[in-house]
Amino acid sequence: MVTEYNTITEIAGPLIMMDQVENASYEELVEVELPSGEKRRGKVLEVNRDKVLVQLFEGTHDVDVDKTRVRFLDKGLELSVSPDILGRVFNGLGVPIDDGPRIIPEKKVNINGSPINPYARIYPQEFIQTGISAIDGLNTLVRGQKLPIFSGFGLPHSELAAQIARQATVPGAESAFAIVFAAMGITFEEANYFISDFQETGAMERVVLFINLANDPTVERISTPRAALTAAEYLAFERGMHVLVIMTDMTNYCEALREVSVARKEIPGRRGYPGYLYTDLATLYERAGLLKGDKEGEVREGSITQIPVLSMPDDDKTHPIPDLTGYITEGQIILDRNLQHKGIYPPINVLPSLSRLRDKGIGEGRTREDHSEVANQLFSSYARSKEVEELAVVLGEAALTETDKAFMAFGEEFERNFVGQAMDENRSIEDTLTSGWELLGKIPRTEIKRIKDEYIEKYLPGAESSAEKGAEEKKEKAGPEKEKSAEGKKKKETRDRDGESVGGGDKKTVEDGGDQG
Amino acid sequence: MASGKIEKVAGPLIVASGLTGAKMFEVARVSEEELIGEIIELHGDLAYIQVYEDTSGLGPGAAVTTTGKSLSIELGPGLLESIYDGIQRPLDTIYRESGHYISRGVSAPGLDRDREWEFKASPELQEGMEIGRGEILGTVQETELIEHRVMVPADLEKGTLRKVPSDGKYRVEDTIASIETEDGVQDVMMFHRWPVRTPRPIVRKIIPSSPLVTGQRVIDTFFPISKGGTATVPGPFGAGKTVVQHQLAKWSDADIIVYVGCGERGNEMTDVLQEFPELVDPATGQPLMKRTVLIANTSNMPVAAREASVYTGITIAEYFRDMGYSVAVLADSTSRWAEAMREMSGRLEEMPGEEGYPAYLPSRIAGFYERAGKGVCLGSDERRGSLSVIGAVSPPGGDLSDPVVQATLKVVKVFWALEDQLAFERHFPAIGWLTSYSLYHDTLREYFLDEVEDGWEEARTTAIELLQKEADLKELVRLVGVDSLSDNDRLILETSKAIREDFLHQSAFDPDDEYTRLSKQYLMLRTILDLHRLCSEAIEKGVELEKLLQLEVKQSIARMRHIGEDNLDEFEKIAEQMKSEINSHLSSAPGDELAGILDREVEKPEKKKDKKKSGKKRQEKPVKKDKEKGKPAEKKKQQKKKEKKPEDKNKE
Repeated sequence: MVTEYNTITEIAGPLIMMDQVENASYEELVEVELPSGEKRRGKVLEVNRDKVLVQLFEGTHDVDVDKTRVRFLDKGLELSVSPDILGRVFNGLGVPIDDGPRIIPEKKVNINGSPINPYARIYPQEFIQTGISAIDGLNTLVRGQKLPIFSGFGLPHSELAAQIARQATVPGAESAFAIVFAAMGITFEEANYFISDFQETGAMERVVLFINLANDPTVERISTPRAALTAAEYLAFERGMHVLVIMTDMTNYCEALREVSVARKEIPGRRGYPGYLYTDLATLYERAGLLKGDKEGEVREGSITQIPVLSMPDDDKTHPIPDLTGYITEGQIILDRNLQHKGIYPPINVLPSLSRLRDKGIGEGRTREDHSEVANQLFSSYARSKEVEELAVVLGEAALTETDKAFMAFGEEFERNFVGQAMDENRSIEDTLTSGWELLGKIPRTEIKRIKDEYIEKYLPGAESSAEKGAEEKKEKAGPEKEKSAEGKKKKETRDRDGESVGGGDKKTVEDGGDQG
Repeated sequence: MASGKIEKVAGPLIVASGLTGAKMFEVARVSEEELIGEIIELHGDLAYIQVYEDTSGLGPGAAVTTTGKSLSIELGPGLLESIYDGIQRPLDTIYRESGHYISRGVSAPGLDRDREWEFKASPELQEGMEIGRGEILGTVQETELIEHRVMVPADLEKGTLRKVPSDGKYRVEDTIASIETEDGVQDVMMFHRWPVRTPRPIVRKIIPSSPLVTGQRVIDTFFPISKGGTATVPGPFGAGKTVVQHQLAKWSDADIIVYVGCGERGNEMTDVLQEFPELVDPATGQPLMKRTVLIANTSNMPVAAREASVYTGITIAEYFRDMGYSVAVLADSTSRWAEAMREMSGRLEEMPGEEGYPAYLPSRIAGFYERAGKGVCLGSDERRGSLSVIGAVSPPGGDLSDPVVQATLKVVKVFWALEDQLAFERHFPAIGWLTSYSLYHDTLREYFLDEVEDGWEEARTTAIELLQKEADLKELVRLVGVDSLSDNDRLILETSKAIREDFLHQSAFDPDDEYTRLSKQYLMLRTILDLHRLCSEAIEKGVELEKLLQLEVKQSIARMRHIGEDNLDEFEKIAEQMKSEINSHLSSAPGDELAGILDREVEKPEKKKDKKKSGKKRQEKPVKKDKEKGKPAEKKKQQKKKEKKPEDKNKE
């Protein structure tokens, strides 16, 4: 039974206050009918006896106290899902806004989701090759990870996110894959950049878009990522697809949350953001991952990998939004204005960037045995080069020792050729590591402390004759094979397809196949 | 037990009326789904209840009943190897029964009711004897690693034993004994309930005097924590708090580990769940999981249960301490716990203290850490147990003036400050050597002298002095350049770098390096310092610094971490190499008297090795299964290793 009320007593910001309401419940969906006949939706934020506080997603413009009628729908906000959502465009509430046909729902799902039982998760370990060296080599993305891009105004985070969406593959494992894109408060141009990019690459029929532009209702931004993640969960865990979710811009989402919080006159936390911002963000970010099968020991097909994009106000990493995000996500990719000024794309500052899942997603059997140590060496060498750079600013380059100069040269080259790459350049992990070793050749060998001797001899250019290197590679090829059989079917699949094209079938293919194991 | 109805719902807080006789911190059941809640404020007829589950869909009018009990957990056989949420619901059972998501209203008892345990009664018990709380009634081999001691519940009065326990198979709810007290005859089961917010009693506390050996060089050598001590690890995100916590859970030599994942990432708990069953304890060849209890209330799970999770964890830990074990609680992260308090406080519309945190934050934090300690447990055998607490703190932006950090520093004795600059350089563990401290050096001094080496203390202070000097010198270098330093100062820079890179830096992902025994830790540091001393003497004799900087022995030192624990003779070789290389430079310099000094001053490592076998045995390194197979020699050693048993009281 749905009862209709016209007992609004107060309207403030996106909130309406009502009284004499019976049987309303917390988080219940309401439908508001304006005098003009327009219908809007909202949800219950608080019930106190017969008083109800409702938040309207599409704003309170034109809502009045007398004539507006409110219906309580006795359910939460739901999204209709079916395989047909692929290729479609929705607003932040999950209503289609393209001209396509109605979605015939397979089922309706509450967009808030439920927390995943940590016991039912599988630890993400499958390497995703993005073709971007600064990510693959140093801050590796793995399937099921949530890895945000921390950016600032005017930095190419959209380009980077689109490039990742375009190039991301699990080497060898061709599987059903989809992209869910949630736009929160971004401009038409930015949204259009993604859409046309998806169209150009023919990816559009595998993309679901949830669009809330800068001039769309603010509060709708609160439901946008939830609707998007609900769609992603459906595609991943019920349709067995590997879903990449791009959410941009999380800063706008948090600001919408703050707007509601302020309207409710809650005690603010840091910078006016509500005290529950951490918990709220966690309910979004924690919806990434991999699940066990229905029985212990099985793996459920499908995964959700999240790439949230957020712009740091004033490039400040300690601002509550990036700060709390960093505490929840499994690392972060940080874009840097100085690198951008130097003309380096992508301007990823690798030092504060981090992928927490890297160490278990790389190495022998996943990328290459030397990967982890090379990455650590590159990190510490680059950090050293930055120190030297600072020193050179104060004292002048003449005061530097030979070793210091070598590091400085290393640093410059590292930024230009390792981090820097073209927007359409798709490097295999093999290329990335090779270029890392070439760079390490520029510093004195005694300074290479983080790498085992055997790898240095094997991979460092000029450290050993190439004939021997070939033999080593063969041996390595045989090595992981054994391990594989024990590690189960899924990886075997990866292996079997290793021979297939990785970087588009060029001459590198054979070599890649050999070492990727 | 009264019943009433909901008046107001605001997030995890509901207000109910009609609950006559309701008490503070009493557990209430909300709505037909019987969601669990706890009364946190009373105003006349109105009870404010924090609900441990999602409250969407609740509305005024729904029923609320009180239960008459405080929030309690079940203590008995079956705790180990479990993974619980914040209010002790077993997550594995929930997964099997209701699928991948934690839906509302699911419930399962904390201990398995159907499982039968082989119980061995204590032989000395006789009918009619006086028996008090904490007395051991018998034991159950709970896992291959841990013998569970079934005790007379700590809330039972002294009485006379009426039914004497006998050997046999029992389930946790079976009565194993009965005791006549002033209140009549009480049946004792294998398990009992204990309210989480009440510390379990002990006879008295004693000063902890042995270290919790962690195998982490920067911790054991520089900033040790004692068994029964408290430590905190604050740091910005990405600085490696969780890795430090995981390393301690893996390698520290406590008998029992309770790991509380409080408001952190789901995947981190999965990591522990997947990894621990594979890591093997060398004493028994059994997975480390068999000594571990996990509490997982991840960030997306209900916020009120997060608040309870640290209490649940420490109560379980206290229970094992009462059996006479050494227990370590790792809480990651206490900031999330504090935030949960803040959130509830905000919903209660309390006046906020600093940063919106409630004014009672410091006292709650202090109360939590004070539950740690070493003590004489209840029971006539005067057994001793210890409970160490290591809490991670996640201050916003890494800012140590955060109220949670400040309130924590007031009570803990060890401070491991994680620095993001170190993390950027991938120097892990990123524990800053100049800001961190440990207040246990004095109480632990004797242990290190007896069990490891006489020079331990001196080596540590020398190393820290050098690092301090390095920091000063670096300031200077920044102003005037490295060339203007004296040779001695440049040597200090060089040695400090070696201490940092070759000693303090330790990889958590390298099997050779993830764990270092105390004896090897000492040898590593000693070697670096020996080189420093020899070099500075050589400089005095006129050897050019440049030559000393090029010594080949430095490469051997850089690779010290890869020297196997059973191959410590290598250190002697390094010492020899050091000597001969410096001597070769000396012979070309004036005044070549140094050779004699060298012989006297470089200690022979083998001598150290033979000394105090007992001390080293305790620090055997757990290894992965596959690795173990390859090393039969090591395996033999492991078998000889002490069994897991309560801390030897004679040791005190």
